[in-house]
Amino acid sequence: MIFSESWLREFVDPGMATAELVETLTMAGLEVDGVTPAASQFSGIVVGRVESAEQHPDADKLSVCRVSDGTTEFQVVCGAPNVRAGLLVPFARVGAVLDGGDKPFKIKAAKLRGVESNGMLCSAEELGLAESSDGLLELPETLSLGADIRSALSLDDQLIELDLTPNRGDCLGMIGLAREVGVLARTQVNEIDYPTVKITTERKIPVATAAPDECPKYLGRVIENINIATPSPYWLQERLRRSGLRSIDPVVDVTNLMLLELGHPMHAFDADKLHGTVTARLAKEGEKLTLLDDREVVLDSATLLIADDTQGLAMAGIMGGLSSSVTSQTKSIFLECAFFSPLAIAGKARGYGLHTDASHRYERGVDYALQAGALERATALLLEIVGGDAGPVSTAIGNLPKTRQVRLKFANVKRLLGVDVPQAESVDILTRLGFVEESSDAEGIVFTVPSFRFDVSIEADLIEEIARVFGYNNLPETPGMTAQRLPRIPERIRPVAALKQRLVADGYQEAINYSFIDPELVSSVCPESQTVVLKNPISAEMSVMRPSILPGLLSTLSYNLNRQRERVRLFEEGLVFEKVAGEIKQTRCLAGLIYGSAEPINWNQPKKPVDFYDIKGIVESLANKGEHAEPVEFVKSEHPAMHSGQCAEVRFSGKCVGHLGAIHPRLQRQFGFASAAYLFELNTEALVTRQLPAASVLSRYPEVSRDLAIVVGVDTAAGDIAASIRANAGSDLTELTTFDVYDGAGVGEGKKSIAFGLTWQHPSRTLSDEEISAIITNCIKVLESDFKAELRI
Amino acid sequence: MATPDSLLTEALDAIQDSSDEKSLESLRVHYIGKKGEVTAQLKALGQLPADERPAAGERINVVKRAIDAALAARKTAIVEQSLNAQLAAETIDVTLPGRRQNQGGLHPITQTIERISAIFAGSGYEVAEGPEIEDDYHNFEALNIPAHHPARAMHDTFYIDPATVLRTHTSPVQVRVMEGGSPPFKMICPGRVYRCDSDLTHTPMFHQVEGLLIDRDVSFADLKGTVIEFLQAYFEADLPVRFRPSYFPFTEPSAEVDMGCVSCGGKGCRICGHTGWLEVMGCGMVHPSVLEMSNIDPETHNGFAFGMGVERLAMLRYGVGDLRTYFENDLRFLQQFN
Repeated sequence: MIFSESWLREFVDPGMATAELVETLTMAGLEVDGVTPAASQFSGIVVGRVESAEQHPDADKLSVCRVSDGTTEFQVVCGAPNVRAGLLVPFARVGAVLDGGDKPFKIKAAKLRGVESNGMLCSAEELGLAESSDGLLELPETLSLGADIRSALSLDDQLIELDLTPNRGDCLGMIGLAREVGVLARTQVNEIDYPTVKITTERKIPVATAAPDECPKYLGRVIENINIATPSPYWLQERLRRSGLRSIDPVVDVTNLMLLELGHPMHAFDADKLHGTVTARLAKEGEKLTLLDDREVVLDSATLLIADDTQGLAMAGIMGGLSSSVTSQTKSIFLECAFFSPLAIAGKARGYGLHTDASHRYERGVDYALQAGALERATALLLEIVGGDAGPVSTAIGNLPKTRQVRLKFANVKRLLGVDVPQAESVDILTRLGFVEESSDAEGIVFTVPSFRFDVSIEADLIEEIARVFGYNNLPETPGMTAQRLPRIPERIRPVAALKQRLVADGYQEAINYSFIDPELVSSVCPESQTVVLKNPISAEMSVMRPSILPGLLSTLSYNLNRQRERVRLFEEGLVFEKVAGEIKQTRCLAGLIYGSAEPINWNQPKKPVDFYDIKGIVESLANKGEHAEPVEFVKSEHPAMHSGQCAEVRFSGKCVGHLGAIHPRLQRQFGFASAAYLFELNTEALVTRQLPAASVLSRYPEVSRDLAIVVGVDTAAGDIAASIRANAGSDLTELTTFDVYDGAGVGEGKKSIAFGLTWQHPSRTLSDEEISAIITNCIKVLESDFKAELRI
Repeated sequence: MATPDSLLTEALDAIQDSSDEKSLESLRVHYIGKKGEVTAQLKALGQLPADERPAAGERINVVKRAIDAALAARKTAIVEQSLNAQLAAETIDVTLPGRRQNQGGLHPITQTIERISAIFAGSGYEVAEGPEIEDDYHNFEALNIPAHHPARAMHDTFYIDPATVLRTHTSPVQVRVMEGGSPPFKMICPGRVYRCDSDLTHTPMFHQVEGLLIDRDVSFADLKGTVIEFLQAYFEADLPVRFRPSYFPFTEPSAEVDMGCVSCGGKGCRICGHTGWLEVMGCGMVHPSVLEMSNIDPETHNGFAFGMGVERLAMLRYGVGDLRTYFENDLRFLQQFN
C-alpha cells in the first residue's frame, strides 16, 4: 500500500520527521518498503494565468501567450494543445529550475521561430506528477496567482510504500494507519467526520441478504440525477495519484477515496439497470457473470454474488459486473456499502485468478461497524462533485460477527515476554489501540476487541500488541535455560555426513539439483518409474518429481563437460519420489557418478579411463557394514540407465538396495558423452545401518596361507567361485583375496585363470599342513564339479 | 717366515687398497683369522726360547691390534662412501606433485547446514527430518493456516493434488515431532523446501533450517537471547541484531530479525539495500493453537520457533552473489568451497 505522508499528517502529527516516522512504522511491524518524493525536484515555478493565446505567425502548433504571475505579464511561446485564455497553469519564469534527469535544467529567455519567449508553461509530467502528459496541467481556479506551486499543491510530500502483513487489514486505510501512528507517537488523532446527508428523493431499491453468514450487512442507496461528466476535482485526482490509483470518473474516484481513507471498499451500480431487490446470495453452481473487465467467469456455489431479481450483478467484494456498471451515460447510481465476512471472500478472488483492492481488504477484514458512516461520507462527497439527489438507505442485516472479549492476565505478560511491562502502560497501549476495558480484577482485565481488529482473539494476541508498541528491542534477552539432556546418539546408524565424507575423500564433489525434473529426462533415464507430477509446475521442464537422482547427476555432468571439465566425480544425497500402488513413496538415496580418467592427471602415470571397478570400489567402501556383518553381495543385474553387461545390483541380506554400472551406451549417445560414465544409486537408509563392533580375542597361533589358481570358462563369475571357496574352506578361513585374473596366451580359448589367496588361523592351536591340504583338495573337487574348473599348473 | 713388522706393512697396504666390505673381510681372515698369518706367528711363539717369548708375543699382539684397527677404520670409510653413493643415486625432484585423488567437497549449502546444526547441537538441539511431499494438514492446517487464510498467499505452493503439496517450509517436521512425543522439545529441522516462484532473487527450491524449543515458562526474552547468540556464533562477530514485529500464523508474537550488515558494518551498501540491516530470520512464540493441535497444553508448556534461509546465510557468509549458482552445480563454483 502506498500513502501520502502529508495526507497522514492531516490526521495525526507524530512530531517526527519522515525518516523517524518511517523507522517507527517499520519497528512497529508496519514495514516501509520505500519512500519516494511526490514530485520531482524543481523550484521557482508559480501559479500563472494565460491571459491570451494566439497563433504563432510561423508555426502551426505553437501559440504565443500572455501569461500573468499576478504582478507582471510575460510573453511565452507554448506548444500544448490545451493552452487557452483564462487557464491557470504552472508557470516556470526565467530563472526557474526544473528536474532535468541527470542535471537541473534552468529556464532562460529564448526565441522560438523568431518570437521571444520568457518562460515555460508546464505539464504534469514536467513536474514529475505523471508518467506522461498530453497537455498543460490545468490548475484549480481557487489557487492564487504567483503562489509557489510546491506549496500551492503541497508537493513537498513523500509517498510511503508499506508492506503490510496479512493480519493488519485495519491499516489498509488512512484512518487505521493514523490510529496506529497516534499510538506509536502517543498523540491525539483527528476524528473523521461522518455527515448525515439530506434525503431529497424517495427513490429506494430494496436490499436483502440470503447469505446471512457470508454477507452479514448490506447497505445501499440511490443517488439520482447526477452529472457524471463533471471531472473529479484536482485534489481528489491528486490524492488518488499519490496512493497509486488513477482517476477514472467521479463515482469511481469517490469510492476509491473511501477505500483509501476508510479502508472500506464500495461499489456503484447504474440504478436504472437494476430490477427489483438487490440480494446478496451464494451463486448457483455454474452461474455465469461477465465482469467489469469484460471477462466471463463461471461461478461455483461457494461464491458470494450480488444479484437482482433477474441476474447476477457483481462478485461480492471482488469485482462488479459489466451489465450493471456505471458508464458515461449513467444518470442515477445505486451505491453499495456492505460487510462481507473475510471467510466468504478469502481465497475466492485468487481462485478466479483475480486480485482487487476490494478483495484484498475484505479477505483481511473490513470494520463491520463502519458501513453506515462510510455510505454517508461517500454520498456527501459525491453530491458535492456530481450533484443529484440522495435517496433513503436500504439495509439488510444477517449474522454479524460476535464481539470478542479477551482476558489479559498480567502474570502472563511477564511469562511470555520475560519482563514486567508496567500494568498502566499495558492498559494504556491497548486502550489507545481501540481495545475497551470491560471488567477487571486483581489478576487482569477483560478487553473488548474493536470491530476493525480481526487478528485479535486470544491473550497472546493482546500481549503481542503490548510488546509491539512497547518495542521488541526494549525487551530483555536471556540465554534460554532448559534442563540438561545429553544426546542419545544411535551407534548402529552412521551419520549420512560420514558417507559423504568418504566420497569427498575420494574426490567426489557434492551437487544439489532441483527435485523436479524434465519428464523427457525421466523417460530416457528411468522409463519404468511411476512419477509424481506437479499440478502447477514452474515450467514443463520442471514438472515431475525425480524418481531417481541419476537424471540430475547426468545433467550436471553434461553441464560441466560443456564447460571443458574432463574429469568429473559427483554425488548427491536426497529424497526420490515414486508412486507405488497409488501412494507416494519418498526414499532417501545416495547416488554418484564418475567420468574421465581414473586418477587425476599426473606426471608419472599413464591416463587410464575409469571403469566399472572404480565405481565398484567406492560402493564397496560405502557399503561396508562392519567386521561382523553379513558380506555385501554384488549380483549381475539390469537397470534401464545402465549397460546390460556392466551392471550389478547391491544386496544386503539378499535384499536389493541399489545398482551400479556403466551408463547405457544409448544414453551415452543421447547425452553426447565421449566416453562412458559410471554410476551408482543406493538406498541411504540401508547404507547407514551397521553392526555395533564386537571385539574377539586375538589368536596367538601362526597364520597359514595358500594360493589357489584355477582355469574356468570366461563367463564364470569370480564372485560365485569365491563364494564356493568360502563355503568349503572351513571356519578357520580368515581372509580370501582375488589377486590375479588372466585370459591371455597359454590359458586356452574361452578360458580365464583366476588366482586366490587363502589365509587360515585357528584360535587355539597351530593348523597342520595335512589339514590345510585336505581343505584345498576339497575346494578343488567342488570347483571341478560345479564350475568345470581345472587346477592351473 | 716374515717378521711381524713386515706383515704389518703388507697388511696395512692391502687394507688401504681394499675398496669393498667383502675384500676387507678376506684380508681379516688372511691376517688375523683363526688360520691367519698373524695368528700363525702367535701359535709359533712356543718355539722361541722362553726369555724371548714375552717381547715377541707383545710385538705380535701390537701388530694384530693395529691390523684390527685399520680394518675397522677402513670399513667405516667404505660404508660411509657407499651410503653417500646411494644417496646421490637416489636423489629425486621433491617439487613434483604427489600422487593422490583430488580433494572433493561438500556443497556450500550442505556445509552451511552442517555449521548451523553443529552450533545448535552444541546446546543440545536435536536434528529432525521429514518428508518433502506433505499433506495439507501438516504444512498448513496444523500450523494455524486454514484453507483460504490470506497467509497462504505468502506461500506460493506447488500442488500434487488439492490435499498434497511440496512443503513450503520445514515447520511440518516440527509438527510431526511434537505429535509423536511429549515436551520438552529442542530441535532444528534442516531441509529442502519449495515455493512456486522463480526470478533473480527466488529459486523454486531452497533450504531452510527451522528451530523449535518447547518447555515450561519459555519467554520471548529467551527467544531473543537464542537468536542473537546463534547469529553471533554463526558469523563469528558481535553483530547488532534487532527484532521487528511481523506476522506468521503459527507464532504469536512474531518477529523478523535484522542483523547489522556483514558487508558494510551498518554504514549502508548494495548488499543491505543501503539500510545497514540485513533481514535474516523469522521467529516468534509458538501460537497456542499450534500447541493444542499437537496435543500440548499451552497452559503448562510454551516455547519459541525460528526459521532461516540457508542460501541467504551462505550468501552472506561466503559472498555468493547469485542465488541460482547454487543449483547450476558448476564444478568451478563448487570447488571454491573445498
